[in-house]
Amino acid sequence: MAMAALRREGRRFATPLISPRPIAAIRSPFLSEEDAPLGVRSISTQIVRNRMKSVKNIQKITKAMKMVAASKLRAIQVKAENSRGLWQPFTALLGDTPTVDAKKNVIVTISSDKGLCGGINSTAVKISKSLHKLNSGPDKENKYVILGEKAKAILVRDSKKDIELIITELQKNPLNYTQVSVLADDILKNVEFDALRIIYSKFHSVVSFLPTMATVLSPELVEREAESGGKLGELDSYEIEGGETKGEILQNLAEFQFSCVMFNAVLENACSEQGARMSAMDSSSRNAGEMLDRLTLTYNRTRQASITTELIEIISGASALEG
Amino acid sequence: MFRQASRLLARASAVTRSRAFSSQVPAAPAVDSTFVESWKKVNPNMEPPKTPSVYMTPRPQTPTSIPSKLTVNFVLPYASELSAKEVDMVIVPASTGQMGVLPGHVPTIAELKPGVLSVHDGNDTKKYFVSSGFAFIHANSVADIIAVEAVPIDQIDPSLVQKGLAEFNQKLSSATTDLEKAEAQIGVDVHSALNSALTG
Repeated sequence: MAMAALRREGRRFATPLISPRPIAAIRSPFLSEEDAPLGVRSISTQIVRNRMKSVKNIQKITKAMKMVAASKLRAIQVKAENSRGLWQPFTALLGDTPTVDAKKNVIVTISSDKGLCGGINSTAVKISKSLHKLNSGPDKENKYVILGEKAKAILVRDSKKDIELIITELQKNPLNYTQVSVLADDILKNVEFDALRIIYSKFHSVVSFLPTMATVLSPELVEREAESGGKLGELDSYEIEGGETKGEILQNLAEFQFSCVMFNAVLENACSEQGARMSAMDSSSRNAGEMLDRLTLTYNRTRQASITTELIEIISGASALEG
Repeated sequence: MFRQASRLLARASAVTRSRAFSSQVPAAPAVDSTFVESWKKVNPNMEPPKTPSVYMTPRPQTPTSIPSKLTVNFVLPYASELSAKEVDMVIVPASTGQMGVLPGHVPTIAELKPGVLSVHDGNDTKKYFVSSGFAFIHANSVADIIAVEAVPIDQIDPSLVQKGLAEFNQKLSSATTDLEKAEAQIGVDVHSALNSALTG
């Protein structure tokens, strides 16, 4: 009778652990005894231990990725901050014209090649798509030029026919002005545009990245806006030195402006990518740490429960022998 | 005679209001309200992207009388060499010749050729050899000079200049296609400008 009572006690402990397979799969996947050989009733801590090991490894890896991103950020942040003066003279001269009415809009979306960098790439693509909608209308066309794998993956799915150029692996060599100016030259040669809109994430601080849109107008559009007054109205008061015609100078100016703005945009985007990756990996290691804490508690509970069960079996066996 | 000197414009130390022609002078610092409104119509749930003018310190207004000093900004892709420096005069190598810029110069957009840029402040002069670029002189005596590459003159090695000049001259004479000729001609131009910068 005592045995029966003890057995009942035993079963009450054991029930949550030795549940039929489907419930185990749903409720407590750690606590099942499939791993133990047949006939042995001890509850196995093996599964919990395996999970703990893998979560600890993930924590180490994400911590290492955060350190790597931090060091890359330090290197490229200096360059980005030094290049910030480059586009300011152009904006001071030609103003900032996000609402210019252009027939052929080309949206240059800058994104990263590698993932695990938070939400900056999806934000950039969302903004590009909204711009596409904003500038759509009769006899207006919008095209995309994509820099980076991540934006390509998203935009290729639904806007394939609007994509003009895709450029990837930009950061294989350290970024410098020559490389970016060759890239800008490529884009200018192959794409017809009235207005170029460059979308990138500006690096404001390690935790804040501001999506930004810079506009570069084609020389014809600059002339048209200058004549019609408004933001560029004072451009006509500027004397032009050098070159044969005003048009030639404006052409060179537009191309130079595009390469300067691109250089700064690419650098800022690279900084934002590293910063976003840092914070993503940081929150990932923190989550892994919390998960590890919870798993440790479960592990200890399982371990104690199996010890208790063993003790009960031994004691009940011994008392059964004594009679 | 030096006609226009402008190149290095330092931003005026008194940062007052935005430039006269950028009509974005509302309460907020240079945010384009028409853009924000049209954005809200298309995508009300998302913040509109910022535009570069938000990140810039606004330029000073055109003063009524000619200021005494020229403010010069000299920027390169990898550094801001001079930023809002007040100087007396600047001489830029425009493609039409050396151009002197004094405060109160007429607004100008000048394309630059490889040559010497000199910044005069009181008695000291600093000379740089500049590859091409652009120079903007604004009505408020602010000069922006953007160059792709610039080195102080004292860092140029004369022997390398001679060697480069000889090499490009030889390439020019042996060039076949138009592209090769153009490239060799550019090399010759730059090196002879370097040469005259060192001697002159």
